[in-house]
Amino acid sequence: MSNRTRNANTTDRLPDVTDLSTKQSAIRAEGVSKTFGTEDRPIVALSSVDLTIKDGEFIAIVGPSGCGKSTLLRIVAGISKPTTGTVTTPHGVVTSPLTDVGIVFQSPVLLDWRNILDNVLIQFELRGIKAKDFSDRARNLLGAVGLGDFLNRYPRELSGGMRQRAAIARALVHNPSLLLMDEPFGALDALTREQMRVDLEALWLKSRKTVLFVTHGIDEAVLLADRVVVMSPRPGRIEQVIEVDIPRPRGLGARRDPTFLRITEEITNIFLSRGVFHQGSGLSESLGH
Amino acid sequence: MAGPDEISKPRGLSARLIINGHILRRSRFLVGFVLLFALWELAVQSGVKEYVLPSPISVFYGFIEHWPNLLTNAWTTTVEIIAGYALAIAISIPLALLIAFSRLFEETIYPVVVFLQIVPKIAVAPLFIIWFGFGFTPKVLLVFLLSFFPIVVSAIAGFKSINPEIVDFVRTTGANGFRTFFKIRLPHALPEIFTGLKVGAALSATAAVVAEFVASDRGLGYLLLQYNGDLNTRMVFAAIILLSAIGVAIYFMAELLERIFVPWRLPPGGHTDVT
Ligand SMILES: Nc1ncnc2c1ncn2[C@@H]1O[C@H](COP(=O)(O)OP(=O)(O)OP(=O)(O)O)[C@@H](O)[C@H]1O
Ligand SMILES: [Mg+2]
Repeated sequence: MSNRTRNANTTDRLPDVTDLSTKQSAIRAEGVSKTFGTEDRPIVALSSVDLTIKDGEFIAIVGPSGCGKSTLLRIVAGISKPTTGTVTTPHGVVTSPLTDVGIVFQSPVLLDWRNILDNVLIQFELRGIKAKDFSDRARNLLGAVGLGDFLNRYPRELSGGMRQRAAIARALVHNPSLLLMDEPFGALDALTREQMRVDLEALWLKSRKTVLFVTHGIDEAVLLADRVVVMSPRPGRIEQVIEVDIPRPRGLGARRDPTFLRITEEITNIFLSRGVFHQGSGLSESLGH
Repeated sequence: MAGPDEISKPRGLSARLIINGHILRRSRFLVGFVLLFALWELAVQSGVKEYVLPSPISVFYGFIEHWPNLLTNAWTTTVEIIAGYALAIAISIPLALLIAFSRLFEETIYPVVVFLQIVPKIAVAPLFIIWFGFGFTPKVLLVFLLSFFPIVVSAIAGFKSINPEIVDFVRTTGANGFRTFFKIRLPHALPEIFTGLKVGAALSATAAVVAEFVASDRGLGYLLLQYNGDLNTRMVFAAIILLSAIGVAIYFMAELLERIFVPWRLPPGGHTDVT
């Protein structure tokens, strides 16, 4: 836990992870598959996924609903066990939940009974670390995500976007080496979503954490990620992994970048060929018009 | 009105508004009671017989005349209620924990609880007389029986209803069961537990009176039947009012404890429009 000692000295700054000692680490999923359900009625959520996530890399996973994105993320986190295959981190094969991670879900899952600051500090309390020592760090981080004036507010007093920012701060406050995000902006309106995306990029540029980011949005994936993992519908497989080399910070302007347009079109075409999208209106046909 | 949405207001001003508005809103309930009493008095004035509906004043004098007798019997009933209610809490919370956190208990005990919950518990009162005689015990047990189920059922729901994503988050912290329980599961369950406690409190007064109706030689339920037999309606009213007062007092005790232990349920000032 050398990370933790480092936090203590730099309580007043965001994690600046230029530390080279962890640079070569990577997360590897090899032959990962997951089957739910009973033996006579199995549901194959994932079938033989191979993926290597480099240290400090921002990976986005896009795919249609039900293709196993959340399942893959949970397996990487060690929350769910793969039916076959393994996930390996620099510390070895993952057999129990990883603790050097921050996790963010579609809903902010904050604790109603704690104010925003204490919701972030729970990260330490649950780990049995004196939360007081990290209170300054939590305050700074909440300030960085624009919640500096809301430390003493309760979750119910915040908007959806603000709550999600608090959840992101909670996922970063212990300076984990891996950030797992499962549709973190999925419940937000389009405007907030765009802003959160830009903010996340800025935050990530400062910290350069390894990020695994699950989304439904092709745009969002291309705008954020170094590499986009395109998944196909059930049984969930990796269809293609696409490098996105649009210069950073991409901000709001990257939507006009020709590379952005090319890659989003490429992904759209993959989904078209896999029947995720249909040209014309399949819905109105099936309604009998 | 100063709502929770007015975040940037200077603290002093909004606090004062909240307090003023709070008191105003708090005293509004009096209007209903005043109306009720007015209606009551009006009915009496219009010639309803004393033994059907005694006037509020006459009930009040009844209180004063029979105060010592009322008080001793009210005390008996209160003790029955408190003993039965305390017993219900002492047993239901640990049982809820067992059922919520152990597969074995959930599969074996919980169905029994669900089934027994449907049994009309009041119907058991005569049986308790056969089993436990005429004294204190059957009353306490009936209070226990009626208040037990709402508490146990809501506590189980509270412990189990946690969002699975919170659980996933907690697992990534590597927290042990002890910490998870006291930092996450218990506070999460408290609002529902208190809902059950309040329902149980409301039922406990009813249970004590019913048990006294069935067989007893003291208590407000006993007194009520006596007065009823004498067609002493104003004293029946007095007894009912006293019983209600006990019920309300117990309910507000639970409410008070809820405000202490679940302060996040109500925003400051008692605004309930945000959930
Ligand atoms: N606990 C479970 N029990 C049974 N089946 C499950 C379970 N979790 C997921 N599945 C199944 O696995 C498949 C993949 O689920 P998953 O949640 O990973 O999809 P997803 O890509 O995250 O979808 P979405 O984009 O809608 O969140 C689905 O078909 C789902 O029905
Ligand atoms: Mg999902």
